[in-house]
Amino acid sequence: MQSNSLKQYTDLYEQHGHDLREGSPEAMNRLRRHAHEFLTGAGTSLPRRGQDGYAHTDLNAMFAPDYGVNIGRLAFRADLPSAFRCGVPNVSSLMGVVANDIFGPGEAMAKRLPEGVTVTTLRRAALTMPEVLEQYYGTVAPADNPAVALNNMLAQDGVLVHIARGVRLPQPVQLIEILGGVTSPLLALRRLLVVLEAGAECRLLVCDHSAPADDVDGHPVRMASDTVVEIDLGPGAHFEYYDMQESAAATDRYACIAVRQSADSSFRSNITTLRCGQTRNDIIVSLDGEGADCRLSGMATAGGMQVVDNSTLVVHNAPHCHSDQLFKYVADDEARCAFEGLIKVQPGAHHTEAYQNNRNILASKGARMHTRPQLEIYCDDVKANHGAATGQLDEEALFYMRTRGIPVDEARTMLMQAFMVDVIDSITLLPLRERMRQLVSRRFGSPGDMCAACSPEVEP
Amino acid sequence: MSLLEVRNLHAGIDGKEILKGIDLTVEPGTVHAIMGPNGSGKSTLSGVLAGDPRFNVTAGTATLDGKDLLALSPEDRSHEGLFLSFQYPVEIPGVSMTNFMRAAVNAKREYLGEKPMPAAEFLKLMRQKRAIVELDSKLASRSVNEGFSGGEKKRNEIFQMAVLEPKLSILDETDSGLDIDALRIVANGVNALRTPQNATIVITHYQRLLDYIKPDVVHILYNGRIVYTGGPELALELEEKGYDWIKQQADAAQK
Repeated sequence: MQSNSLKQYTDLYEQHGHDLREGSPEAMNRLRRHAHEFLTGAGTSLPRRGQDGYAHTDLNAMFAPDYGVNIGRLAFRADLPSAFRCGVPNVSSLMGVVANDIFGPGEAMAKRLPEGVTVTTLRRAALTMPEVLEQYYGTVAPADNPAVALNNMLAQDGVLVHIARGVRLPQPVQLIEILGGVTSPLLALRRLLVVLEAGAECRLLVCDHSAPADDVDGHPVRMASDTVVEIDLGPGAHFEYYDMQESAAATDRYACIAVRQSADSSFRSNITTLRCGQTRNDIIVSLDGEGADCRLSGMATAGGMQVVDNSTLVVHNAPHCHSDQLFKYVADDEARCAFEGLIKVQPGAHHTEAYQNNRNILASKGARMHTRPQLEIYCDDVKANHGAATGQLDEEALFYMRTRGIPVDEARTMLMQAFMVDVIDSITLLPLRERMRQLVSRRFGSPGDMCAACSPEVEP
Repeated sequence: MSLLEVRNLHAGIDGKEILKGIDLTVEPGTVHAIMGPNGSGKSTLSGVLAGDPRFNVTAGTATLDGKDLLALSPEDRSHEGLFLSFQYPVEIPGVSMTNFMRAAVNAKREYLGEKPMPAAEFLKLMRQKRAIVELDSKLASRSVNEGFSGGEKKRNEIFQMAVLEPKLSILDETDSGLDIDALRIVANGVNALRTPQNATIVITHYQRLLDYIKPDVVHILYNGRIVYTGGPELALELEEKGYDWIKQQADAAQK
């Protein structure tokens, strides 16, 4: 059995604690100490494959490689962002880039943001709006989750998106996250804090890419990201969060997306995995205020040896809240996919409406899908249901299409694309919806290589 | 050379033999009707000719315009000029009629070594062909057959046939589920598409459709074999006397 892969990171903390703390906001450093205590506690380890809730994902193995961490806060190759063309261009002029774990605003974002809108680094925010960091940082994501704690212990900076009371940002904010520019294995610790004050509105698109260079043996270098996204929505705030991962087989990802919703706030999200190595997303929503509304959607197109694992926890703590979840997967080749979703309706959360739906297609004999929808209801007067179904491509439809001359591969692609239509159509950000349609179709059409528009063009 | 030549075709499903030696020759410019009681193998014959992977061919040959049909994939049979109008057209949620037809048209063009059809030309083609079966243009943006009425589904089949311009069309129970107006529209569409070069096989239970699509030859399929072939008057005779006399005759011949 693989040894506890946390050790290399707690060792790192013990050796370089000073460097990690240096220049980091106090809110981050406070969490760091607790995280280290937790991670070195007896019996603490990252979950392994087969543990409850981890049917196919092995976080211990994900973090086992001898990853380097950018403790020195070195800037990465300056041309990394420009060398990489994101597959979803021109969604917004408000574009920023996170190269590994270093944030840099795009031109328009750097020049002028509308009044009441802040997109900046956590370090900068510690100087300009320290009260926001003090109030929110580390308060939404569960500190007793080892992968989150690992981030708490090692993250040195991150991005803050803050929208002041009543401010509605008409154009979406786009963050392009890129892993690359290194020739030895790298772990990026990413942190995103989103705070929408009462009545604020914002849409955020995160494009998660990787451009692995080759190592000395000519193999793509292994990279991983450990990302914690904390989102706090004030009363009546409206936030849309789009997270699109199109990375590479040698790139792993753990992400915790934790959301706290006040009364009458609404949260919509789409979390899509088009290409990756091993990806685990924990999506945790706490509906704390009456009348809050949450719609989670997601899709995964997994081929090769990809592992895609989404786990959702939606907790209804207040009455009259509504939650809806739709996750769809197409698993091809030898892919391993999992969806576990828990809706928890707490005592007193009367008039809750909570729905969850997971639909999957196994496109090959070797692919596997694990699904576990769960409901825990501690309250009367609740409308809730959940459903999960896993099947194969419709053979009759396939034959029908072929009799019209559509080649079998193209027909399969069209059917897989059609299967995802409702998830794609739930994306309200129109340029992204269009782009997603193309990306999904190309993803199904060319399982071997990345689509041309998204391919990293890293010069030798 | 005949357009379609089927010789001693044996086929079945899950080890059960359904077609027990079919012989059938169809000349260009002709309409053949294949009639027969339930379970005689009519839909199996159309499925086998179109390449339905559920069926296994155990013996015999089938050529279309000299090409070995049985060696081709369903899509290549289509490209070579075979068309099957389904008895139960399949609903494909999430695939729009327009995308479906564009894929079909361009796949054939690619097979023939031609470039994809320009968008404007394609839309014009769709408009022209829809008119042949009076198909509502609103259906173009809908998913394939999804939410179509029974009549719309069958008209949609003939519309696809019009677009693909096959050499040989097999209409499998195209009259089932149609009211008299829809039947007339469908039949008019089929007749409008007739040329001296192409041919049609109409598979049907009843004489009704044959009042509109006049066959040159009528075959009776029973128990996996064509047991009787005659002219158009045979259909009328069947309508009048039913299938029992054919069954008795065929069963007697077996003994």
